[in-house]
Amino acid sequence: MPEPLLSIRDLCVDYVTARGHVRAVDSLNLDVMPGEILGVAGESGSGKSTLAQAILRTLPPPAVISRGTVRFEGRDLLELSEDELQKLRWKRISMVFQSAMDALNPVTTIGEQITDTIRAHENVSQAVADRRAGELLERVGIAADRRRSFAHQLSGGMRQRVGIALALALEPALVILDEPTTALDVIVEREILEQIRELQRQLGFAVMFITHDLARMLEFSDRVAVFYAARLAEAGPSKDMTTDPAHPYTRGLLKAFPRVHGAREELASIPGSPPSLQNPPAGCRFHPRCTQAVASCATDTPLLREVRPGHWAACPFAK
Amino acid sequence: MSAPDFARGNGLAAWALAIRRDRKALAGASLLGLFALVAVVGPWVAGDPTALVGIPLQAPSAAHWLGTNGQGQDVLTQLIVGTRVSLALGFIVGLLVVLIGALVGVTAGYFGGRVDGALSVFSNVFLVLPGMPLAIVIAAYLPSGPFTVGLVLVVTGWAWNARVLRSQALALRRRDFVAAAIVAGESDFRILMAEILPNMMSVLVAQVIGSTVYAIGAQVGLEFLGLGDVSRVTWGTMLYWAQNDSALLTGSWWTFVPAGLCVALVGFALTLLNSGFDEITNPRLQLERFWRVHLIRRGQLPGRSTPVVREHA
Amino acid sequence: MRYLLKRLGFYLVAAWAAVTINFFLPRLMPGDPATALFARFKGKLAPEAIDALRATFGLTEGPLWSQYLTYLSHVLRGEMGVSIAYFPAPVSQVIGTALGWTLFLAGSAVVLSFVIGSLLGVAAAWWRRGWVDTWLPSALVFAGALPYFWLAMAALYLFGFQLGWFPLGHAYADDSVPGWTLAFAVDVLRHAALPMFTIVLATLGGWLLSMRNTMISVLGSDYVNLARAKGLSPARVVLRYAARNALLPSVTSFGMALGFVLGGSLLTEIVFSYPGQGYLLVQAVRNQDYPLMQGIFLVITLAVLGANWVVDLVYLWLDARTRDSAS
Repeated sequence: MPEPLLSIRDLCVDYVTARGHVRAVDSLNLDVMPGEILGVAGESGSGKSTLAQAILRTLPPPAVISRGTVRFEGRDLLELSEDELQKLRWKRISMVFQSAMDALNPVTTIGEQITDTIRAHENVSQAVADRRAGELLERVGIAADRRRSFAHQLSGGMRQRVGIALALALEPALVILDEPTTALDVIVEREILEQIRELQRQLGFAVMFITHDLARMLEFSDRVAVFYAARLAEAGPSKDMTTDPAHPYTRGLLKAFPRVHGAREELASIPGSPPSLQNPPAGCRFHPRCTQAVASCATDTPLLREVRPGHWAACPFAK
Repeated sequence: MSAPDFARGNGLAAWALAIRRDRKALAGASLLGLFALVAVVGPWVAGDPTALVGIPLQAPSAAHWLGTNGQGQDVLTQLIVGTRVSLALGFIVGLLVVLIGALVGVTAGYFGGRVDGALSVFSNVFLVLPGMPLAIVIAAYLPSGPFTVGLVLVVTGWAWNARVLRSQALALRRRDFVAAAIVAGESDFRILMAEILPNMMSVLVAQVIGSTVYAIGAQVGLEFLGLGDVSRVTWGTMLYWAQNDSALLTGSWWTFVPAGLCVALVGFALTLLNSGFDEITNPRLQLERFWRVHLIRRGQLPGRSTPVVREHA
Repeated sequence: MRYLLKRLGFYLVAAWAAVTINFFLPRLMPGDPATALFARFKGKLAPEAIDALRATFGLTEGPLWSQYLTYLSHVLRGEMGVSIAYFPAPVSQVIGTALGWTLFLAGSAVVLSFVIGSLLGVAAAWWRRGWVDTWLPSALVFAGALPYFWLAMAALYLFGFQLGWFPLGHAYADDSVPGWTLAFAVDVLRHAALPMFTIVLATLGGWLLSMRNTMISVLGSDYVNLARAKGLSPARVVLRYAARNALLPSVTSFGMALGFVLGGSLLTEIVFSYPGQGYLLVQAVRNQDYPLMQGIFLVITLAVLGANWVVDLVYLWLDARTRDSAS
């Protein structure tokens, strides 16, 4: 068994509000192996996007990390100083944001946003950085001279490709994709995911792919982790998960999904709605919506168990 | 609670909350209360501001705390008596410009289309015309006095409010509850009165406060130029006489310093009240406040990266 | 390009509005306008001055619309009548000599204040709850609440009369020879320093707060977050990403604030006997010199509109989105 690239243990992320703390990520354990594609699924508000930015420690106020370790290449990211973080960011871990329109600086060219990233980490001339920016754009299927364009001059799909080119600028070991295709139509989405997989094969980086589209993810990822109300419900290999999901929540999701390629539906097709994180139910957080719940589900917090080799679920009845 | 919910409903209630919670707002409100008190009771207790009480241009002394002016009148008495007209005119103009601004801006924002186009050009023209020279030209044609000063300040001051309130109305127009009222067939007048205006209450109050600051400052400026009624005692005419009697040449600073400071203190108090209100209604500042307190209690300073504040397990 | 033409069209409308206000104001006075206006000058003015005044306002026997057209054509040719205070000098000539000084003083002060204030706003947002963010804004808001001319009086009293650091007024010393010489430039700057300082001080707080507040909201945006995640230096994140964007709303309000600041600076000129429009204005008010007053209003309006157009150009240069949506 190889060493994990990223190893998260007992991670808790809180939002500090007037009415106390809201725990957006609760006691999370998760590994990302070198070169693998790990999918992270969950409904909106389940904490999956919080996780993405917590790893890089770029969550804006009022977020605080209140517990745990995030080990990456032998170091705990939660113990690094500001300067060490600044050096590590993008060089080793990069990210593609949900909406490239919002994530790209509207008043500077996309080329400049790539070159300043390169030059912040490597001692190269502007000319070299600029040439590399052109090559990066070509790599994701955009003509090199578009680096003189501004974000608003590109289509939605192109902007998202720019985001990917930017993420690959320094050849990082891990790329976090935070719902990179939600704003796009199905065809463009498919093209972009294909492209990411192709680039991943060439360059060998690991991917953490965050989405609310479980079907798309099962198809795209090697391994999948399912979030429910700030906690991990189930994690395991995609194949195993598709054929034999262990957690009632995952089963509900898959049943609710028409398994037709290209069909696009939101996860919220199970009766009821996810709980508010301000006031989550006691015991198993899924029990109010669970068809198999028994009395003890409302009081005992289920622990993650390895139900099959490499397949974990947080449900006492999972097998 | 999100920002629009906060802004919804009674603006005055939100203000009361701001004053109780925020130190700045409390300081502003107290200072303002003091001036209001002087404005109400001042003229009854201070005596005749135009009485000749001694030699002109006496420095402050036990007999005349703020000295005497170029005519030999008591500066402190003038200051106290002048508070009433200066403040009253400021507040009345502040109210009126917001009223007109609301009328024009909300009509434009709510009805949209050509009405909006015409009204927007109209208010943008008034916004871009330099207010002070226009006010002076108009005032010069009219008989001098507080009424003229008030009138020209309203004419030159409403456009900014119209612009802000138009965008407010435009945003509210797109909200669900307004759309529902329109579909339900309620009359435009009723929607404006029952749905739009109540939801802009806190913005309106903030604007009245901001406009009052403008009105007091501009009023003093016009009176300083001699466009007010120079025989009436106000802060502005005090400054007019100080300049006319060559206060600077004679070194009699006490003839102009007190009135200017009072103008600034009132403006400052109103601004504090407004910024205190912003602190508690601006959701970002509000969120950060508790986060900051949490960090500082654990002995950490807010940095650039997400802080790690370990729980005591 | 279309954007600029649209703005230009708007400024033409605004200029037309200013001219029209000028035309109708004397006619809106209670009673018969001509008699009411000239009753004030009976005995004070020579008959030829009154005739000049009549001509200025187009107060002829013809119907209103023909009077209006006459007036418009006069204004278009730059004829704004004859000044009463400086009789028989034409208004355009009186204003012309003073315009340069006003533009120099107010223009430099406004730009200086905007630049310093915006930089301080960036600093305040950067060191949140530091002294730049807590004490400086309050102090500057207090300074901004002081009337411009009062600040001018206080500064003149303190630094001019008491300490003697600066000259007591005027644009240059009596014995100075105007010309493009270094000595004259130094003299002009020495005379402008104090009035400029008071205008800057009075307006700094506004720019600081406006920049700080936009900065705080921009610092929460996705693109700033991405810039941080990219491992850029904090200075680059704040300046190139946050401040560069936060500047846009400030530039918009800069255009709108110009007229306001210029109005205040006119009063500052009066205190310093600075030979600009403000000084003329007070002469005009004292002598009820309506042609001069209206001429000043018109010229200042045109200056503000012109400056606004320059601000539009700057905005276009700063924001590629407006550039594209316009073409």
